[in-house]
Amino acid sequence: MFKVISNEMVVPNIHLLTVEAPAVAAQIEPGQFVILRSEEDGERIPLSIADWDRDKGTLTFAIVNVGGTTDKLASLRAGTDIPTVVGPLGNATEIGEFGTVVCIGGCYGIGSIYPIARALKEKNNRVITIIEARSSYLLFWEDKYKQVSDKFVTITRDGSRGVRGHITHLPEILGGLPEPANRIIVNGCTFLMKHTSEISRPFGIKTIVSLNPIMIDGTGMCGVCRVSIASKTKFACVDGPDFDGHEVDWAELLQRRKTYIREEAIPLRTSKCEEHAANRRGNIV
Amino acid sequence: MSEPVKRKIDYNRREMPKQLPQVRSHNFYEVALGYPPETAIEEAQRCLQCKKAGCVEKCPVEINIPGFVRCIAEGDFAKGIKILKEKNCLPAVCGRVCPQEEQCESACIMLKKGGQSAIGRLERFLADWEAAQGKLELPEIPKPTGKKVAVVGGGPAGLTVAGDLIKLGHKVTIFEALHKLGGVLIYGIPEFRLPKAIVYREVEYLRMLGVEVVTDFVVGKTRSVENLLREFDAIFIGAGAGLPWFMNIPGENLNGVYSANEYLTRMNLMKGFMFPQYQTPIKEHAKVAVVGGGNVAMDCARTALRLGAETRIIYRRSRQELPARLEEVENAEEEGVIFDFLTLPIRYIGDENGWVKEIEYLKMQLGEPDASGRRSPVPIEGSETILPVDAVVCAIGNSPNPLIPTSTKGLQIGKKGNIVADEATGKTSMEKVWAGGDVVTGAATVILAMGAGRKAARSMHEFLCSG
Repeated sequence: MFKVISNEMVVPNIHLLTVEAPAVAAQIEPGQFVILRSEEDGERIPLSIADWDRDKGTLTFAIVNVGGTTDKLASLRAGTDIPTVVGPLGNATEIGEFGTVVCIGGCYGIGSIYPIARALKEKNNRVITIIEARSSYLLFWEDKYKQVSDKFVTITRDGSRGVRGHITHLPEILGGLPEPANRIIVNGCTFLMKHTSEISRPFGIKTIVSLNPIMIDGTGMCGVCRVSIASKTKFACVDGPDFDGHEVDWAELLQRRKTYIREEAIPLRTSKCEEHAANRRGNIV
Repeated sequence: MSEPVKRKIDYNRREMPKQLPQVRSHNFYEVALGYPPETAIEEAQRCLQCKKAGCVEKCPVEINIPGFVRCIAEGDFAKGIKILKEKNCLPAVCGRVCPQEEQCESACIMLKKGGQSAIGRLERFLADWEAAQGKLELPEIPKPTGKKVAVVGGGPAGLTVAGDLIKLGHKVTIFEALHKLGGVLIYGIPEFRLPKAIVYREVEYLRMLGVEVVTDFVVGKTRSVENLLREFDAIFIGAGAGLPWFMNIPGENLNGVYSANEYLTRMNLMKGFMFPQYQTPIKEHAKVAVVGGGNVAMDCARTALRLGAETRIIYRRSRQELPARLEEVENAEEEGVIFDFLTLPIRYIGDENGWVKEIEYLKMQLGEPDASGRRSPVPIEGSETILPVDAVVCAIGNSPNPLIPTSTKGLQIGKKGNIVADEATGKTSMEKVWAGGDVVTGAATVILAMGAGRKAARSMHEFLCSG
């Protein structure tokens, strides 16, 4: 069992969950993920890692509450146990001395791009960090990013902070840099990664994306996480999760991610009033 | 011992009762119900008690078959299970899923007249009898040797190594990547063929013997093999199956096209058929095609059938060449699985949302025998046919699990990504490291993995005692 150390909603509907998993924390590198179960009957879901503390043996995830399991994770209280935290899985993001690197995070990727930016900075890269969201109230960790970035940019759809719009403004941001970017790394929703790859392609800048297909075991067995990279089938759990965004078959990934969209939403179709009332009655008896 | 009385040979192999096909095709309970004691005794009394027992030679784990069968014939079930467990720590599993017809039973001299001893059913009978008694007899464990062994992977190979070595006084820890022990017995083989309660029971027996179990731990990721060697005197790697094979035809990544590994894992390990009580979803499909002809294909087809789908097996050769056990083929046929022999899918066609809606296949005919000795299928020109489906399960095999081979320097790796290990001893190219099961051979059977575990355990024991 793995103990929940803390769980806070950092911005509306995004939760920072910290759990004790010393064996994983000892090995984890930027860009890797874990498979986690919220309870005994729960499904196994992959989660990117947003931060860790090797001394304390803890891992921190930024979780967007969008389905049955993430909803359960969002409501976990400190001190409770969860049955599975297994990893670190997948390959670490390549952290080289690239020169200038643009790190882009959106959604849960505002969490998971952080250790990548930090590691790049430690390797003396010039780190440009862009985080984006629908509105300023969904941005977090800006202070943490400022400490590891040479330039820090926010994009909001409504313009409530930073650039107004979407990652479509990437060319202007790239144009404003004193030297050309050598690499772009994107973590976040599939659309953000796809869109960024399309925008960066004409610039010829290598663009690394962290793919997020459905997984079950996460250890190279079930094969559900297959993605097409340069027309070849690859398995995100063992061949990835990082791939060259210019080689990804995005339409296929988007389509495969929708396989269980209806089932994922079933647990969210209730306000949980009945369940709550039943528990209350149980307590009184 | 007195000379056995000359008696007429009884060739009447006793049938084992089963759930009726029309009933079992709608439930996940076990198909075969096991012998009642009186039938088991009758069956056991048929055994000729050969002095030079061919059945034992054919058993990958060298069970004293005439020994335990004789105990059943004499009604001494307690002694029987003891003899059985000397060589096999998973008898309830093996009695159900071993291909006895290719092993022990194939060497029975009564086979000629179709009356071979039903060894598998008797093995199962003893294991179930013991479980029904509600108390397990634990063997005596010798004084601790002080040696520590790590077993990587809690499937059939690893469980066998753990069982053998703990009984020899070594300290054993199993590291399992999934959240439950059992490997393919848990994630792969369906409930109706091997109830999970039986696997839990056999695993519990190992725990009672003192085997330590660490689940949710991926050796090669959470901790490397090299790192484990600092703590353990010997390591056995039984990491099992890996990535599924596909046919590299168009449309394999459409929604609704599953690998057998995914389909079975969703159903068995994650209990998808009990969604939403268990939270891993499975889609409801009306027409399912399973591609392949092995035991795994039969498992997938019979699972889909139980979920209410019209289910067919698509196999490129004929019934005669099916690699699955005959018993499983017959079960599938009785339950209503449709068999499309001599058909080869050439592409999957999707609808506007990316879901598979049709298979295009070619009709085949049998040509000359190929390298496997089976007549090879040859496409019939112009025989393209479209078959409407809403799900496809690709059950054509898988490679060995890649995590340890790719993360362990100094381990010799074969062409297929398998760990290279000596067939007789399981020794790998790395000192103090043994391996066996699917990670060495590629997809094979439970009992072959157990046999590899048995051989490795013997070699590991020799090594541990010599050092």
